[in-house]
Amino acid sequence: MRSPLGRAIGLGSAKEGVEHWWLQRITAVALVPLSLWFVIAIIRLVGADADSVRDWVGNPLPAILLVLLLIATFYHASLGLQVVIEDYIHAEFAKLGLVIIVRLACFAFVVAGIFAVVSMAVGTSN
Amino acid sequence: MRSADRPLSPHLQIYRWQLTSVLSILHRAAGVALSAGAILLVWWLVAAASGPDAYQSVADFLGSWLGLLLLFGWTLSLFYHLCNGIRHLVWDTGHGLDLKSTYLGGWFVVGGTGAFTLIAWIAGISSWAS
Repeated sequence: MRSPLGRAIGLGSAKEGVEHWWLQRITAVALVPLSLWFVIAIIRLVGADADSVRDWVGNPLPAILLVLLLIATFYHASLGLQVVIEDYIHAEFAKLGLVIIVRLACFAFVVAGIFAVVSMAVGTSN
Repeated sequence: MRSADRPLSPHLQIYRWQLTSVLSILHRAAGVALSAGAILLVWWLVAAASGPDAYQSVADFLGSWLGLLLLFGWTLSLFYHLCNGIRHLVWDTGHGLDLKSTYLGGWFVVGGTGAFTLIAWIAGISSWAS
C-alpha cells in the first residue's frame, strides 16, 4: 500500500504499519454487516437446541457468513490486541511473546470455528 | 524546551474526564471484551458440531445468570464498538474531526449503543418467550 515515492524517500512507517492500519479498516468494514447479521441470526436462535442450530448451519448462506465472520473477527481482534499490547507492555521480550501468543491463539480459534461450521455444513459430524 | 516544561500526560486522579476521552478508552476496552466474546462464539460452534450433550452444557452456561450477564456485556460492547467504529471510519476519511462534530458523534454513539442493545434484548427475550 505504500507509494513508491514514500518508500524511496523513507517517509512513513518503517515496518508494516500501513498494512496493519489498512487491514484493520478492511476487516472493520466487513464486520459492520457481518456482525449485524450475526446478532439478528442469534436472536432468532434463542432457545434453540443442538439440532436446530445444526440445521441452520447446514444452509449454505449462514455457513458462508459464519466463516466470513470468524475470519474477519479474529483477524481484526489479532490486529487490535497487538496494538493494545504494544501500547502497554514495554519490555521487549514480554511484548513480542504476547503478540506471538495472541496471533497463534487467534489462528487456532479461527481454524476451530471454521472446522466446526464446515463439519456441520457438510454433515460429517456425529 | 526544558523537560520540566513539557506537557504531561493526564494525571488520572485529578483529571477532568471528557466524553471524547472516555469513549476513546471504552472503544479499546470493548474491543478486548469482544475478543473474549469471539472465543465464546467458537466454543458454541464447536459444541454444536460435537453433539447435543456438548451443546447443552454451553446452552446451560449461557442461560445461567453469569452467562446472561456476559451476553449482555458482549451485546453492549458489540454495539458500542460497532457504532464508535463507524465514527472512527468517518474520521479516517478526514471528516468530522472538529470539536463540535466529535461531541455530536460521540453522543450519537452513546444513544445508538443504548438503543441497539435494548432492541436486541427485547427481540431476544420475545424470541425466547415465543
